[in-house]
Amino acid sequence: MPPHQCEICKITRAQVLRPKNGQRICSACFIALFESEVAVTITSTNLFQPGERVAIGASGGKDSTVLASVLKTLNDRHGWNLDLVLLSVDEGIQGYRDHSLEAVKRNSADLDLPLKIVSYEELYGWSMDQVVAQVGKKGNCTYCGVFRRQALDRGAAMLNVGHVVTGHNADDVAETVLMNLLRGDLPRLSRATSIITSTPSAAPPKDDGAVSFTNVKRSKPLMYAYEKEIVLYAHHKKLDYFSTECIYSPEAFRGSARTLIKNLERIRPESILDVVRSGVDMAKLVPGADGKCKGACGDSKAAGSTNAAEEEAEGGCGSSNTNSGGDSMVEMEKKLQQDERTEANGPETEVTLPANPKETVSIGVRHSHEAYSSLPPDDGIYGQNHEKNGASKATAVPIRTKQEKKSGRKPTRDAAAPKQRLGQCERCGYLSSQSVCKACVLLEGLNKARPRTGVEVGGGG
Amino acid sequence: MADPIPLTVEFTGGLEMLFSDQRKHKISIPGQDEDGSASNVAYLIHWLCDNLMKDPRKEMFVLDDSVRPGVLVLINDSDWELEGEANYELQPNDNVVFVSTLHGG
Ligand SMILES: [Zn+2]
Ligand SMILES: [Zn+2]
Repeated sequence: MPPHQCEICKITRAQVLRPKNGQRICSACFIALFESEVAVTITSTNLFQPGERVAIGASGGKDSTVLASVLKTLNDRHGWNLDLVLLSVDEGIQGYRDHSLEAVKRNSADLDLPLKIVSYEELYGWSMDQVVAQVGKKGNCTYCGVFRRQALDRGAAMLNVGHVVTGHNADDVAETVLMNLLRGDLPRLSRATSIITSTPSAAPPKDDGAVSFTNVKRSKPLMYAYEKEIVLYAHHKKLDYFSTECIYSPEAFRGSARTLIKNLERIRPESILDVVRSGVDMAKLVPGADGKCKGACGDSKAAGSTNAAEEEAEGGCGSSNTNSGGDSMVEMEKKLQQDERTEANGPETEVTLPANPKETVSIGVRHSHEAYSSLPPDDGIYGQNHEKNGASKATAVPIRTKQEKKSGRKPTRDAAAPKQRLGQCERCGYLSSQSVCKACVLLEGLNKARPRTGVEVGGGG
Repeated sequence: MADPIPLTVEFTGGLEMLFSDQRKHKISIPGQDEDGSASNVAYLIHWLCDNLMKDPRKEMFVLDDSVRPGVLVLINDSDWELEGEANYELQPNDNVVFVSTLHGG
C-alpha cells in the first residue's frame, strides 16, 4: 500500500486514522488537533474561570495522565492562569495502586505540578486490602466506588480546591449511556452525559471562603475524546503511564458494555461519539432529571449526586474482564439497599407524591428521588420506584416496606429508602439523600465486624 | 524459501504482562507462511501466540482470529488501518507495536 499523505499539512506521512471522521493525519498534526479540540470543549462550555484552582484526579493511568499533560499544555499556551494540582486516591491495594502512584509521582515531576495523595486508610480507617480481607472479593468494587467519590471531594477540600477534573473519555461515557439504557435508567443519563456534574452544597459556604467537601464541582474535559486517541496521544507524546487491571474482581456488567462498545468501534468507529450524542439528546428528553436545571433551580439538582459513585468507575475499575461469576456489584447493591431499609424506624411509611401531573409523569417510575428533589426535605419521602402503573398518581400512598421486600422484585439501587431527605449525612456531613450516607453504612458494617474505637469518616472538610 | 524476517515487536498498555512482563522483543519470523505466501501481520499474530506468548490467556490478545477489539496496532508508528491491517506484508526490521486501550484509567 502506498503511504498516505497527511490530509492537513500535506507533507508528512499519515500515521493516525481518526475514528470520528476517518481523517488520515501525521503525528504532529494529530497532537495539535487533539489539544485544540480539548481546548474547544473547555472554552465552549466555559468550564474554567480564569485563575481557578483545579485538581486533576490522577490515577497514573492513561486517561488522567493525558488529561494532566493536555491541561498543563493548554494552560501555558493560552494563558488561562489555572492553578493546577494533581490529586490521587490511594485505595490501599498492594501491587496495584502502589505501582500506579509511582507513575503519578513521575507525572508530578515531569509536569511540575504539585501532588496530593489521600488514602482510604487515613479517611476511613480501612484500606481496600483490609476491606477485601473482611468482605471477600465479591462486591468490593461497591466499597471502592463509594469511598472514592468522597475521597476526591475530601482531598479537594483539603487543598481548598473547588473543582476536580477527571479523565473520563468518550468510550467511558458511551459505556455508561449503554448501561443506563440497558437498565432502563434514563433519569441518570444526564449525569452520564453532562460535562459538569456538580455536587452543590446542602450547607451554606463557609464564612472564610474555604472550600467545603460538600461543594466540589466535577467535570470531564475529555468526554468527547476517543479512548483510541487518548492512547495514541500518550504514545506519540511518549507520556509515562501505568496500565494494569485492578487485582480485585471487576464489575461484569460494565465489562460487557465495554466489550460491546469496542466491537461496535471495530465495525463503525463513529458509533462511539454517536452513542454519546444520543445520550446527550435523550437526557434532554427525560423530564425532571437532574441535568435539566444546571445552576438555575437551586437545590433541585442535589439529590442526583448521591448515587454517582457507582456510575463513575475511575482508576482501575471499569475493567474489560467479564469472567467474574455473578454481577458482584448487583449483589452488593442488594445488601446495601437492605441495610438502608433496615434502618427504617417503622414498617409503614407515609409516601407523599405531588399532585402536579407534570411531575408525576416525570417520575419515569424510577428515580423518583431525583424527580422529586425540588420538594422540601421532609416532604420528599417516596417509594414508588417499582410501581409501573398509574397508581402512583395519588397524593398520599402508604407503603409497607415489608411487603415491598416480599414483592419478589429485584431491588434496584434506587429502591425506596424510608428516611429519604435531601441534605447531609448525620455522621460525616457528606451530601446524602439518606440520613446516613452510603460510605457510613458500609463503614458501619465493616466496623461491626472488626471492633475498633474512634473510627469515623474523618479528615478535612 | 524466503529469508527469515527480523522484527521488533512491542507490547504496551497492559499487554506486556501477557508477554513475560517484557515490553520490547527482538524476534525473527519465517519469511513465508505455511502456504508459501509472504508473511503478513495476520501470520505474525498467530506466530506470536504460538511462539512468544507464555500466558494462557490468549483471548486477552486475540479474538476471532484477529487482535481483540480495543487493542491498537501500530506498524512503524502508523495505525495499521493505514497500512493494510492484517494483510500488510512485513519487511525486515519493521517495528510493530500492540497497545491495549482496555486497561486501567
Ligand atoms: Zn500533518
Ligand atoms: Zn456519611
